[in-house]
Amino acid sequence: MSETLDQIASAARTDAPPAIVLDKVNKWFGSLHVLRDVSLTVALGERVVVCGPSGSGKSTLIRCINRLETHQEGRILVNGIELSDDVKALDDIRREVGMVFQSFNLFPHLTILENCTLAPIWVRRMPKKQAEELAMEYLTRVRIPEQAKKYPGQLSGGQQQRVAIARALCMKPKIMLFDEPTSALDPEMIKEVLDTMVSLAEMGMTMICVTHEMGFARQVADRVVFMDRGEIVEMGTPAQIFETPQTDRLKLFLSQILRGH
Amino acid sequence: MSDITLNATAAAPEAAPRSPPISQVGLLAWLRANLFSGWLSTLVTLALAYLIIRWAAGFVEWGILNAVWSVPNNQTQACRDLKGIGACWAVVTEKHRFILFGTYPFEEHWRPALCILLFIGLYVVSAMRRFWRKELAFVWAGVLALIGVLMWGGVLGLPYVPQERWGGLVITLILATFGLAFAFPLAILVALGRRSKLPAIKAICVLYVELIRGVPLISLLFMASVMFPLFLPEGMNIDKLLRAQIAIILFAGAYLAEVVRGGLQALPKGQYEAADALGLSYWQKTGFIILPQALRLVIPPLVNTFIGFFKDTSLVLIIGIFDLLTAGKTAIIEPAWQGFGIEVYVTVGAIYFVFCFAMSKYSQGLEAELNRHRRR
Repeated sequence: MSETLDQIASAARTDAPPAIVLDKVNKWFGSLHVLRDVSLTVALGERVVVCGPSGSGKSTLIRCINRLETHQEGRILVNGIELSDDVKALDDIRREVGMVFQSFNLFPHLTILENCTLAPIWVRRMPKKQAEELAMEYLTRVRIPEQAKKYPGQLSGGQQQRVAIARALCMKPKIMLFDEPTSALDPEMIKEVLDTMVSLAEMGMTMICVTHEMGFARQVADRVVFMDRGEIVEMGTPAQIFETPQTDRLKLFLSQILRGH
Repeated sequence: MSDITLNATAAAPEAAPRSPPISQVGLLAWLRANLFSGWLSTLVTLALAYLIIRWAAGFVEWGILNAVWSVPNNQTQACRDLKGIGACWAVVTEKHRFILFGTYPFEEHWRPALCILLFIGLYVVSAMRRFWRKELAFVWAGVLALIGVLMWGGVLGLPYVPQERWGGLVITLILATFGLAFAFPLAILVALGRRSKLPAIKAICVLYVELIRGVPLISLLFMASVMFPLFLPEGMNIDKLLRAQIAIILFAGAYLAEVVRGGLQALPKGQYEAADALGLSYWQKTGFIILPQALRLVIPPLVNTFIGFFKDTSLVLIIGIFDLLTAGKTAIIEPAWQGFGIEVYVTVGAIYFVFCFAMSKYSQGLEAELNRHRRR
């Protein structure tokens, strides 16, 4: 198992240092063991899709990477910086890691443009005009520049999620985390968000994406990670995971989600 | 799949919009729906209309038709001859200066009068959103300092007037304005502190809120006025008004803190997480994301508390400070004017009402304005 892991990791990017290293990470919510000895190395520019049944710990896993949740055992390194109680290190990491949430979490009292420029202006100390130009560039890239003066509540779910992606990109992150970005969307809006994510993947962004969109996983993932009950059960290329699942747990999961589609 | 849905929508014939039936719109429909929707509501409408008209007619008769507006040289005989069938507004005409300015020296009344105008001007300017920028803080500091100079005097050729002689409406405005201007920022800090992860800060904030909220304002004013000076070294004396002012600030701060905390509590966790994920610092997150949303949510209870405290300033009468209500009460102690309390209290009540109603109306407008983003 770990052999294939290493082969894949080295095949994806040979010389670059890893973007993210998780080493035997454990986490409990009270007495509930939600992450069990999770180890995962993500190379720079690699696209990883994490899937698994609900409650398998996949959201918790990526929320640990920018410390929205704190892990209790093991080590997490992002861009070579270890996550700890060191606030300075955390600031450095969060600046380089963008996140897109299931429920968009746009700031409802700010316009779309202000949502996108707030962090570049105050965290990156970018001049306002430059931040606005950058925001318009990314809003154009996610194909909603004409909505810049509106408030989030005036947009559809799919549009809001694309704004959320643009907002994260405005910080020019090295890594993007997606936490079930299409799960709260109506079916007809899922495609527009996935298209945006595919084009992002094509640009070579390092991405970790928790999703049930298997079509997306086949299309862009370098590697698919299957989690169940807090541990990584199987990991491999989309072909390996979807065509030749090794474990009963993965087979069961695939049969369930494929039935749903 | 999605293509099919799109085509189907495009092909569907569009129905022309129709206006609602005529019986559902207009004044007549409104009257029928709201006042005469059945025999019971018709009956209640008629009964209430009768009561309102009778009461209004009675008030007009007492307050305007039969009223005496002024009397010569404190000769209240004309008023007494009314035997209660008309109002004696002469008491207000005669005593309005005392009600507004208390025992402030008569020839210096223009100073507190100017202060009242300055306060109102400050409220009006602060209420306009286009003036909401950093400079407004300096305007506040400048105007409040100017009010201090005007009230105390002793410089620029203004005779010195000790604080014991201040009184009337200007005292009410001083206590309420300074009180809320200091209590509000204090409340925000306490509310944030109560949600802090640092145990010491949290404990201090909880203790403060629970202690202050647990005692009546009157006892706090007593403590400030009677007990507090006992702890001060001999000869040191802090102004009585200042002590009452601090008690009011602390008291209002505790109540407002809980209102603000309610707003913080109501914000979805995702807003905090999104701000964290973007790398915003604690104060950036609080200042740009959390407080603007939390305070908008609690405008109604905030204004409720503001209005309550505006009126609660009248409790300072128990420690001998002459606010608007106490000045009004004192104005009718004189034997010649005894028995005309209703007229004075109606006037004082009307002054309170104007301020409170303005606050209430303004907050409704503000609420609609600031929550515009929630409309689709």
